[in-house]
Amino acid sequence: MLKRTPLFEVYKDYEGAKLIDFGGWELPVNFASGIIAEHMVVRENAGLFDVSHMGEITVEGEKSEAFLNWLLPNNIIKMKENQCLYSPMCYEDGGVVDDLLVYKYNSEKYLLVVNASNVEKDFKWITEENAWIKREQNPPEFENLSESKSSVAFQGPKSTEYLAEMAGKEIDNIDFFYFRDDLKINGIDCIISRTGYTGEVGDEIYVDREDAPALWTYILDTTRGRGVLPVGLGARDTLRFEAKLPLYGHELTKDISPLEANLGYFIDLEGDDFCGRDALIAQKKNGIPRSLRGCEMIDRGIPRESYRVLLGGKDIGHVTSGTKSPMLNKFCGLVLIERGLGLKLGDEIQIDIKGKLKKAKLVKTPFYKNI
Amino acid sequence: MNIPGDLKYTEGHEWIRVEGKIAFIGITDHAQHELGDIVYVELPEVDTEIDSKEEATNIESVKAAAPVYSPVSGNIVKINEELEDNSELINSDAYGSYIFAVEMSDASELDGLMDAAAYKEFLEKE
Repeated sequence: MLKRTPLFEVYKDYEGAKLIDFGGWELPVNFASGIIAEHMVVRENAGLFDVSHMGEITVEGEKSEAFLNWLLPNNIIKMKENQCLYSPMCYEDGGVVDDLLVYKYNSEKYLLVVNASNVEKDFKWITEENAWIKREQNPPEFENLSESKSSVAFQGPKSTEYLAEMAGKEIDNIDFFYFRDDLKINGIDCIISRTGYTGEVGDEIYVDREDAPALWTYILDTTRGRGVLPVGLGARDTLRFEAKLPLYGHELTKDISPLEANLGYFIDLEGDDFCGRDALIAQKKNGIPRSLRGCEMIDRGIPRESYRVLLGGKDIGHVTSGTKSPMLNKFCGLVLIERGLGLKLGDEIQIDIKGKLKKAKLVKTPFYKNI
Repeated sequence: MNIPGDLKYTEGHEWIRVEGKIAFIGITDHAQHELGDIVYVELPEVDTEIDSKEEATNIESVKAAAPVYSPVSGNIVKINEELEDNSELINSDAYGSYIFAVEMSDASELDGLMDAAAYKEFLEKE
Protein backbone atom coordinates (compact mmCIF):
# COMPACT_ATOMS: atom_id res chain seq x y z
CA MET A 1 0.00 0.00 0.00
CA LEU A 2 1.45 3.32 -1.09
CA LYS A 3 1.61 6.18 1.41
CA ARG A 4 -0.52 9.19 0.68
CA THR A 5 -0.16 12.79 1.74
CA PRO A 6 -3.18 14.62 3.20
CA LEU A 7 -3.51 16.32 -0.20
CA PHE A 8 -4.30 13.05 -1.94
CA GLU A 9 -8.02 13.74 -1.55
CA VAL A 10 -7.55 17.13 -3.22
CA TYR A 11 -5.83 15.65 -6.31
CA LYS A 12 -9.14 14.08 -7.32
CA ASP A 13 -10.45 17.57 -8.04
CA TYR A 14 -7.85 17.97 -10.76
CA GLU A 15 -8.77 16.15 -13.90
CA GLY A 16 -5.64 14.93 -15.63
CA ALA A 17 -3.47 14.62 -12.51
CA LYS A 18 -1.26 11.58 -13.10
CA LEU A 19 -0.29 9.69 -9.96
CA ILE A 20 2.85 7.59 -9.69
CA ASP A 21 4.72 5.57 -7.09
CA PHE A 22 7.51 7.85 -5.89
CA GLY A 23 9.62 5.97 -3.36
CA GLY A 24 6.54 4.40 -1.80
CA TRP A 25 4.39 7.55 -2.02
CA GLU A 26 1.44 7.97 -4.35
CA LEU A 27 2.11 11.44 -5.74
CA PRO A 28 1.28 13.39 -8.91
CA VAL A 29 4.05 13.42 -11.54
CA ASN A 30 2.03 16.16 -13.18
CA PHE A 31 -1.37 17.80 -13.00
CA ALA A 32 -3.51 18.54 -16.07
CA SER A 33 -1.11 21.05 -17.65
CA GLY A 34 1.81 18.65 -18.11
CA ILE A 35 5.40 18.81 -16.95
CA ILE A 36 6.62 21.48 -19.37
CA ALA A 37 3.78 23.95 -18.71
CA GLU A 38 4.20 23.37 -14.97
CA HIS A 39 7.95 23.94 -15.27
CA MET A 40 7.45 27.20 -17.16
CA VAL A 41 4.86 28.59 -14.74
CA VAL A 42 7.42 28.30 -11.94
CA ARG A 43 10.06 30.08 -14.05
CA GLU A 44 7.69 32.87 -15.07
CA ASN A 45 4.97 33.20 -12.45
CA ALA A 46 4.30 30.85 -9.52
CA GLY A 47 3.50 27.20 -8.91
CA LEU A 48 2.35 25.21 -5.87
CA PHE A 49 3.89 21.84 -4.96
CA ASP A 50 2.80 19.24 -2.43
CA VAL A 51 5.99 18.29 -0.60
CA SER A 52 4.32 16.65 2.37
CA HIS A 53 6.28 13.46 1.76
CA MET A 54 9.46 15.17 3.00
CA GLY A 55 10.56 14.12 6.49
CA GLU A 56 10.76 16.36 9.55
CA ILE A 57 12.90 15.48 12.56
CA THR A 58 13.30 17.71 15.60
CA VAL A 59 16.44 17.87 17.73
CA GLU A 60 16.03 19.37 21.18
CA GLY A 61 18.16 19.76 24.28
CA GLU A 62 21.31 21.33 25.62
CA LYS A 63 23.69 19.44 23.36
CA SER A 64 21.73 19.96 20.15
CA GLU A 65 24.16 22.45 18.64
CA ALA A 66 27.26 20.44 19.50
CA PHE A 67 25.67 17.26 18.20
CA LEU A 68 24.54 18.70 14.86
CA ASN A 69 27.85 20.46 14.41
CA TRP A 70 29.51 17.05 14.66
CA LEU A 71 26.85 15.23 12.64
CA LEU A 72 26.87 17.60 9.66
CA PRO A 73 29.79 18.85 7.54
CA ASN A 74 28.43 22.37 7.22
CA ASN A 75 29.07 24.85 10.03
CA ILE A 76 26.15 24.76 12.46
CA ILE A 77 27.84 27.08 14.99
CA LYS A 78 27.69 30.01 12.56
CA MET A 79 23.93 29.71 12.12
CA LYS A 80 21.75 32.52 13.40
CA GLU A 81 18.36 31.95 15.00
CA ASN A 82 15.61 31.51 12.38
CA GLN A 83 18.19 30.66 9.75
CA CYS A 84 18.09 27.63 7.43
CA LEU A 85 21.21 25.83 6.29
CA TYR A 86 21.73 23.22 3.59
CA SER A 87 24.10 20.38 4.42
CA PRO A 88 24.92 16.90 3.25
CA MET A 89 25.07 14.31 6.08
CA CYS A 90 28.00 11.93 5.75
CA TYR A 91 29.10 8.52 6.96
CA GLU A 92 32.60 8.19 8.47
CA ASP A 93 33.91 7.26 5.01
CA GLY A 94 32.62 10.48 3.47
CA GLY A 95 29.75 8.83 1.58
CA VAL A 96 26.41 10.57 1.89
CA VAL A 97 23.58 9.39 4.17
CA ASP A 98 21.26 12.14 2.91
CA ASP A 99 21.17 15.86 2.22
CA LEU A 100 18.94 18.05 4.31
CA LEU A 101 17.91 21.49 5.55
CA VAL A 102 18.60 22.53 9.14
CA TYR A 103 16.19 25.04 10.73
CA LYS A 104 17.61 26.72 13.84
CA TYR A 105 15.11 27.96 16.43
CA ASN A 106 17.88 28.42 19.01
CA SER A 107 21.00 26.51 20.00
CA GLU A 108 18.86 23.98 21.89
CA LYS A 109 16.18 23.42 19.26
CA TYR A 110 16.49 22.54 15.59
CA LEU A 111 14.32 21.04 12.86
CA LEU A 112 15.81 18.84 10.15
CA VAL A 113 13.99 18.44 6.83
CA VAL A 114 15.12 15.27 5.07
CA ASN A 115 14.30 13.35 1.90
CA ALA A 116 11.11 11.27 1.98
CA SER A 117 12.76 8.04 0.89
CA ASN A 118 15.44 8.37 3.58
CA VAL A 119 13.37 9.25 6.67
CA GLU A 120 13.68 5.90 8.43
CA LYS A 121 17.35 5.43 7.51
CA ASP A 122 18.16 8.97 8.63
CA PHE A 123 16.28 8.69 11.91
CA LYS A 124 18.14 5.52 12.76
CA TRP A 125 21.48 7.02 11.76
CA ILE A 126 20.86 10.23 13.74
CA THR A 127 19.44 8.67 16.88
CA GLU A 128 21.31 5.34 17.21
CA GLU A 129 24.03 4.53 14.74
CA ASN A 130 26.50 7.40 14.60
CA ALA A 131 29.64 7.41 16.78
CA TRP A 132 28.75 10.56 18.78
CA ILE A 133 25.44 9.17 20.00
CA LYS A 134 27.17 5.95 21.05
CA ARG A 135 29.83 7.69 23.14
CA GLU A 136 28.17 10.81 24.61
CA GLN A 137 25.98 11.02 27.71
CA ASN A 138 22.71 12.99 27.73
CA PRO A 139 22.17 13.28 23.99
CA PRO A 140 19.47 15.58 22.60
CA GLU A 141 15.92 14.34 22.24
CA PHE A 142 14.73 13.45 18.78
CA GLU A 143 11.27 13.27 17.36
CA ASN A 144 10.21 12.11 13.92
CA LEU A 145 7.32 14.43 13.00
CA SER A 146 7.10 13.24 9.40
CA GLU A 147 3.67 11.68 9.85
CA SER A 148 2.12 14.68 11.58
CA LYS A 149 3.66 17.53 9.55
CA SER A 150 2.85 18.42 5.97
CA SER A 151 4.31 20.99 3.65
CA VAL A 152 3.79 22.78 0.38
CA ALA A 153 6.30 24.75 -1.68
CA PHE A 154 5.13 27.93 -3.38
CA GLN A 155 7.80 28.85 -5.91
CA GLY A 156 8.39 31.31 -8.72
CA PRO A 157 9.23 34.99 -9.30
CA LYS A 158 5.74 36.19 -8.30
CA SER A 159 5.13 33.68 -5.50
CA THR A 160 6.47 35.82 -2.65
CA GLU A 161 4.31 38.76 -3.67
CA TYR A 162 1.21 36.53 -3.76
CA LEU A 163 2.10 34.95 -0.43
CA ALA A 164 2.49 38.37 1.20
CA GLU A 165 -1.20 38.97 0.42
CA MET A 166 -2.00 35.83 2.41
CA ALA A 167 0.57 35.72 5.20
CA GLY A 168 1.07 39.46 5.70
CA LYS A 169 3.71 41.97 4.67
CA GLU A 170 6.10 40.65 7.36
CA ILE A 171 7.13 37.90 5.04
CA ASP A 172 8.80 40.50 2.80
CA ASN A 173 11.41 40.72 5.56
CA ILE A 174 12.28 37.04 5.48
CA ASP A 175 15.70 36.83 3.85
CA PHE A 176 16.75 33.99 1.60
CA PHE A 177 17.32 30.88 3.75
CA TYR A 178 15.55 32.28 6.83
CA PHE A 179 12.19 31.32 8.33
CA ARG A 180 9.40 32.50 10.64
CA ASP A 181 7.27 30.23 12.80
CA ASP A 182 4.88 32.82 14.19
CA LEU A 183 2.80 33.52 11.10
CA LYS A 184 -0.66 32.43 10.04
CA ILE A 185 -2.24 31.95 6.64
CA ASN A 186 -6.02 32.19 6.79
CA GLY A 187 -5.87 31.28 10.48
CA ILE A 188 -3.55 28.29 9.96
CA ASP A 189 -0.33 28.22 12.00
CA CYS A 190 2.64 27.97 9.64
CA ILE A 191 6.37 27.79 9.47
CA ILE A 192 7.31 29.81 6.39
CA SER A 193 10.86 29.53 5.09
CA ARG A 194 12.30 31.36 2.11
CA THR A 195 13.78 28.23 0.65
CA GLY A 196 13.12 25.96 -2.30
CA TYR A 197 14.31 23.43 -4.80
CA THR A 198 13.64 25.15 -8.10
CA GLY A 199 16.30 27.80 -8.69
CA GLU A 200 13.60 30.44 -8.20
CA VAL A 201 12.62 32.60 -5.24
CA GLY A 202 9.82 31.15 -3.15
CA ASP A 203 8.74 29.70 0.16
CA GLU A 204 8.23 26.35 1.79
CA ILE A 205 5.33 26.26 4.23
CA TYR A 206 4.98 23.66 7.00
CA VAL A 207 1.68 22.99 8.74
CA ASP A 208 -0.01 20.29 10.79
CA ARG A 209 -1.12 17.43 8.57
CA GLU A 210 -4.84 18.14 8.99
CA ASP A 211 -4.40 21.77 7.89
CA ALA A 212 -2.68 20.99 4.58
CA PRO A 213 -5.79 20.66 2.34
CA ALA A 214 -7.19 24.00 3.58
CA LEU A 215 -3.83 25.71 3.01
CA TRP A 216 -3.47 24.26 -0.50
CA THR A 217 -6.99 25.31 -1.50
CA TYR A 218 -6.62 28.76 0.05
CA ILE A 219 -3.43 29.52 -1.88
CA LEU A 220 -4.92 28.43 -5.20
CA ASP A 221 -8.24 30.18 -4.55
CA THR A 222 -6.56 33.44 -3.57
CA THR A 223 -4.43 33.46 -6.72
CA ARG A 224 -7.20 32.28 -9.06
CA GLY A 225 -7.17 34.03 -12.44
CA ARG A 226 -3.48 34.86 -12.21
CA GLY A 227 -2.14 31.79 -13.95
CA VAL A 228 -0.83 29.98 -10.87
CA LEU A 229 -0.77 26.20 -11.31
CA PRO A 230 -0.40 23.16 -9.09
CA VAL A 231 2.90 21.49 -10.03
CA GLY A 232 3.84 17.81 -9.85
CA LEU A 233 7.05 15.93 -9.16
CA GLY A 234 8.03 15.84 -12.84
CA ALA A 235 8.56 19.58 -13.02
CA ARG A 236 10.07 19.58 -9.52
CA ASP A 237 12.76 17.34 -11.00
CA THR A 238 13.34 19.34 -14.21
CA LEU A 239 13.45 22.61 -12.23
CA ARG A 240 16.01 21.33 -9.73
CA PHE A 241 17.95 19.75 -12.61
CA GLU A 242 18.30 23.05 -14.49
CA ALA A 243 19.47 24.72 -11.27
CA LYS A 244 21.92 21.81 -10.66
CA LEU A 245 20.46 21.13 -7.23
CA PRO A 246 21.46 17.57 -6.30
CA LEU A 247 18.89 14.82 -5.86
CA TYR A 248 19.75 12.08 -3.38
CA GLY A 249 20.08 8.74 -5.14
CA HIS A 250 21.35 10.47 -8.29
CA GLU A 251 24.02 13.12 -7.66
CA LEU A 252 24.53 12.03 -4.04
CA THR A 253 24.68 8.47 -2.70
CA LYS A 254 26.63 6.53 -0.11
CA ASP A 255 29.20 5.98 -2.88
CA ILE A 256 29.55 9.61 -3.97
CA SER A 257 31.27 12.08 -1.68
CA PRO A 258 29.94 15.63 -1.45
CA LEU A 259 33.32 16.87 -2.74
CA GLU A 260 32.84 14.79 -5.88
CA ALA A 261 29.36 16.27 -6.25
CA ASN A 262 31.02 19.72 -6.16
CA LEU A 263 29.35 20.63 -2.87
CA GLY A 264 32.61 21.78 -1.25
CA TYR A 265 30.93 25.10 -0.45
CA PHE A 266 28.76 23.27 2.10
CA ILE A 267 31.63 21.36 3.72
CA ASP A 268 33.54 23.20 6.42
CA LEU A 269 36.87 21.37 6.42
CA GLU A 270 38.57 24.23 8.33
CA GLY A 271 36.21 24.11 11.31
CA ASP A 272 35.47 21.61 14.06
CA ASP A 273 35.50 17.84 13.71
CA PHE A 274 32.49 16.28 12.01
CA CYS A 275 31.46 12.83 10.89
CA GLY A 276 33.35 12.03 7.69
CA ARG A 277 35.85 14.88 8.07
CA ASP A 278 39.01 12.75 8.07
CA ALA A 279 37.88 10.90 4.94
CA LEU A 280 37.01 14.11 3.12
CA ILE A 281 40.29 15.80 4.11
CA ALA A 282 42.18 12.75 2.84
CA GLN A 283 40.18 12.80 -0.37
CA LYS A 284 40.94 16.46 -0.94
CA LYS A 285 44.64 15.90 -0.23
CA ASN A 286 44.98 12.82 -2.42
CA GLY A 287 42.87 14.23 -5.21
CA ILE A 288 39.10 14.11 -5.50
CA PRO A 289 38.47 11.21 -7.89
CA ARG A 290 35.43 12.49 -9.76
CA SER A 291 33.61 15.68 -10.60
CA LEU A 292 29.97 16.48 -11.35
CA ARG A 293 29.79 18.35 -14.65
CA GLY A 294 27.06 19.45 -17.02
CA CYS A 295 26.77 18.48 -20.66
CA GLU A 296 24.60 19.28 -23.62
CA MET A 297 23.97 16.83 -26.46
CA ILE A 298 25.49 17.56 -29.86
CA ASP A 299 23.95 14.45 -31.44
CA ARG A 300 20.27 13.78 -30.91
CA GLY A 301 19.26 11.77 -27.85
CA ILE A 302 18.49 12.14 -24.15
CA PRO A 303 21.22 11.27 -21.68
CA ARG A 304 19.46 9.31 -18.95
CA GLU A 305 20.57 8.24 -15.49
CA SER A 306 23.28 5.52 -15.41
CA TYR A 307 24.25 5.81 -19.10
CA ARG A 308 28.01 5.43 -19.63
CA VAL A 309 30.15 8.48 -20.38
CA LEU A 310 33.25 8.01 -22.55
CA LEU A 311 36.20 10.03 -23.78
CA GLY A 312 37.98 8.74 -26.85
CA GLY A 313 36.41 5.30 -26.40
CA LYS A 314 37.40 4.97 -22.74
CA ASP A 315 34.86 4.96 -19.88
CA ILE A 316 35.17 8.04 -17.67
CA GLY A 317 31.93 7.98 -15.68
CA HIS A 318 28.16 7.96 -15.84
CA VAL A 319 25.11 10.17 -16.21
CA THR A 320 23.45 10.99 -12.87
CA SER A 321 20.40 12.84 -14.26
CA GLY A 322 19.33 13.99 -17.70
CA THR A 323 16.35 15.43 -19.52
CA LYS A 324 15.35 18.02 -22.05
CA SER A 325 15.77 21.39 -20.38
CA PRO A 326 12.49 23.23 -20.91
CA MET A 327 14.21 26.63 -20.58
CA LEU A 328 17.13 25.92 -22.92
CA ASN A 329 15.13 23.61 -25.16
CA LYS A 330 18.21 21.35 -25.27
CA PHE A 331 18.97 17.81 -24.19
CA CYS A 332 21.19 18.11 -21.12
CA GLY A 333 22.76 15.83 -18.56
CA LEU A 334 24.67 15.89 -15.30
CA VAL A 335 27.65 13.55 -15.50
CA LEU A 336 29.91 12.25 -12.75
CA ILE A 337 33.26 11.84 -14.47
CA GLU A 338 36.92 11.33 -13.62
CA ARG A 339 38.78 14.42 -12.59
CA GLY A 340 42.18 15.35 -13.98
CA LEU A 341 41.40 14.61 -17.61
CA GLY A 342 41.97 18.24 -18.49
CA LEU A 343 38.44 18.65 -19.84
CA LYS A 344 37.32 22.23 -20.41
CA LEU A 345 33.93 23.74 -21.17
CA GLY A 346 33.06 23.02 -24.79
CA ASP A 347 35.14 19.83 -24.91
CA GLU A 348 33.51 16.81 -26.46
CA ILE A 349 32.55 13.61 -24.61
CA GLN A 350 30.45 10.66 -25.71
CA ILE A 351 27.41 9.13 -24.08
CA ASP A 352 26.37 5.55 -24.67
CA ILE A 353 22.67 5.91 -25.48
CA LYS A 354 21.24 2.43 -25.93
CA GLY A 355 24.43 1.06 -27.45
CA LYS A 356 25.19 4.02 -29.71
CA LEU A 357 27.90 6.52 -28.87
CA LYS A 358 26.41 10.00 -29.11
CA LYS A 359 28.42 13.21 -28.95
CA ALA A 360 27.91 15.76 -26.19
CA LYS A 361 29.88 18.76 -24.98
CA LEU A 362 30.64 20.05 -21.50
CA VAL A 363 28.75 23.21 -20.62
CA LYS A 364 28.57 25.63 -17.73
CA THR A 365 26.24 24.77 -14.85
CA PRO A 366 23.72 25.54 -13.49
CA PHE A 367 22.00 25.17 -16.84
CA TYR A 368 19.55 27.82 -15.65
CA LYS A 369 19.06 29.65 -12.39
CA ASN A 370 17.20 32.80 -11.48
CA ILE A 371 18.51 33.33 -7.94
CA MET B 1 -10.52 8.84 -25.21
CA ASN B 2 -10.23 9.42 -28.96
CA ILE B 3 -10.19 6.14 -30.96
CA PRO B 4 -10.81 6.68 -34.71
CA GLY B 5 -12.87 3.96 -36.40
CA ASP B 6 -10.76 3.65 -39.54
CA LEU B 7 -7.53 2.54 -37.85
CA LYS B 8 -6.14 -0.74 -36.50
CA TYR B 9 -4.58 -1.03 -33.05
CA THR B 10 -2.07 -3.09 -31.06
CA GLU B 11 -1.91 -3.99 -27.37
CA GLY B 12 1.23 -1.85 -27.23
CA HIS B 13 -0.90 1.19 -28.10
CA GLU B 14 0.33 1.66 -31.66
CA TRP B 15 -2.18 2.62 -34.37
CA ILE B 16 -1.93 1.52 -38.01
CA ARG B 17 -3.41 3.27 -41.03
CA VAL B 18 -3.33 1.16 -44.20
CA GLU B 19 -3.00 2.82 -47.62
CA GLY B 20 -2.65 0.09 -50.22
CA LYS B 21 0.53 -1.82 -49.37
CA ILE B 22 1.78 0.86 -46.99
CA ALA B 23 1.10 0.81 -43.24
CA PHE B 24 1.52 4.15 -41.45
CA ILE B 25 2.29 3.65 -37.75
CA GLY B 26 1.93 5.97 -34.79
CA ILE B 27 1.01 5.83 -31.10
CA THR B 28 -2.52 6.23 -29.77
CA ASP B 29 -4.02 9.14 -27.92
CA HIS B 30 -4.04 6.97 -24.81
CA ALA B 31 -0.31 6.30 -25.20
CA GLN B 32 0.62 9.96 -25.65
CA HIS B 33 -1.46 10.83 -22.64
CA GLU B 34 0.25 8.19 -20.52
CA LEU B 35 3.70 9.37 -21.62
CA GLY B 36 3.04 13.05 -21.05
CA ASP B 37 5.01 15.79 -22.83
CA ILE B 38 6.98 14.06 -25.58
CA VAL B 39 10.39 15.65 -26.05
CA TYR B 40 12.24 13.23 -28.29
CA VAL B 41 11.44 10.81 -31.09
CA GLU B 42 14.24 8.62 -32.33
CA LEU B 43 13.27 8.03 -35.95
CA PRO B 44 14.23 4.74 -37.64
CA GLU B 45 16.24 4.75 -40.86
CA VAL B 46 14.46 4.69 -44.18
CA ASP B 47 15.02 1.59 -46.28
CA THR B 48 15.61 -0.85 -43.43
CA GLU B 49 13.88 -4.17 -43.18
CA ILE B 50 11.83 -4.72 -40.05
CA ASP B 51 9.96 -7.69 -38.66
CA SER B 52 6.60 -7.53 -36.99
CA LYS B 53 6.91 -6.98 -33.22
CA GLU B 54 10.48 -5.73 -33.69
CA GLU B 55 11.43 -2.50 -31.90
CA ALA B 56 11.41 0.24 -34.54
CA THR B 57 12.05 3.33 -32.49
CA ASN B 58 11.85 5.03 -29.13
CA ILE B 59 9.71 7.87 -27.92
CA GLU B 60 10.79 9.80 -24.86
CA SER B 61 8.78 12.07 -22.64
CA VAL B 62 10.31 14.30 -19.99
CA LYS B 63 10.28 11.42 -17.52
CA ALA B 64 10.22 8.18 -19.49
CA ALA B 65 11.22 6.37 -22.65
CA ALA B 66 8.90 3.99 -24.48
CA PRO B 67 9.76 1.68 -27.37
CA VAL B 68 7.53 1.58 -30.45
CA TYR B 69 7.21 -1.81 -32.16
CA SER B 70 6.37 -2.37 -35.78
CA PRO B 71 3.07 -4.27 -35.98
CA VAL B 72 3.92 -5.53 -39.49
CA SER B 73 6.94 -6.89 -41.39
CA GLY B 74 8.40 -5.14 -44.39
CA ASN B 75 10.58 -2.27 -45.48
CA ILE B 76 10.53 1.14 -43.78
CA VAL B 77 9.78 3.48 -46.69
CA LYS B 78 8.99 6.76 -44.96
CA ILE B 79 9.59 8.52 -41.66
CA ASN B 80 7.89 11.61 -40.31
CA GLU B 81 10.86 13.97 -40.21
CA GLU B 82 8.73 16.76 -38.83
CA LEU B 83 8.82 14.96 -35.47
CA GLU B 84 12.57 15.45 -35.26
CA ASP B 85 12.13 19.07 -34.16
CA ASN B 86 8.46 19.01 -33.21
CA SER B 87 7.98 15.85 -31.18
CA GLU B 88 5.13 17.52 -29.28
CA LEU B 89 2.96 17.06 -32.40
CA ILE B 90 2.31 13.56 -31.09
CA ASN B 91 0.77 15.08 -27.96
CA SER B 92 -1.40 17.53 -29.83
CA ASP B 93 -2.44 15.18 -32.66
CA ALA B 94 -1.53 11.56 -32.04
CA TYR B 95 -3.45 10.18 -35.03
CA GLY B 96 -2.28 12.92 -37.40
CA SER B 97 1.36 12.24 -36.55
CA TYR B 98 2.54 8.97 -38.02
CA ILE B 99 6.10 8.03 -36.98
CA PHE B 100 7.13 5.66 -39.76
CA ALA B 101 5.57 3.80 -42.68
CA VAL B 102 6.23 0.20 -43.70
CA GLU B 103 5.72 -1.36 -47.12
CA MET B 104 4.19 -4.60 -45.96
CA SER B 105 5.61 -7.94 -47.06
CA ASP B 106 2.69 -9.89 -45.56
CA ALA B 107 -0.59 -8.01 -45.35
CA SER B 108 -2.21 -10.96 -43.51
CA GLU B 109 -0.36 -9.76 -40.38
CA LEU B 110 -3.02 -7.04 -40.18
CA ASP B 111 -5.60 -9.68 -39.35
CA GLY B 112 -4.19 -10.14 -35.87
CA LEU B 113 -4.70 -6.45 -34.97
CA MET B 114 -7.60 -4.91 -33.09
CA ASP B 115 -10.23 -2.66 -34.59
CA ALA B 116 -11.46 0.46 -32.75
CA ALA B 117 -14.15 -1.37 -30.79
CA ALA B 118 -11.76 -4.09 -29.65
CA TYR B 119 -9.11 -1.52 -28.67
CA LYS B 120 -11.67 0.46 -26.69
CA GLU B 121 -12.59 -2.71 -24.81
CA PHE B 122 -8.89 -3.49 -24.30
CA LEU B 123 -8.32 -0.04 -22.78
CA GLU B 124 -11.24 -0.44 -20.42
CA LYS B 125 -9.88 -3.74 -19.17
CA GLU B 126 -6.30 -2.55 -18.82
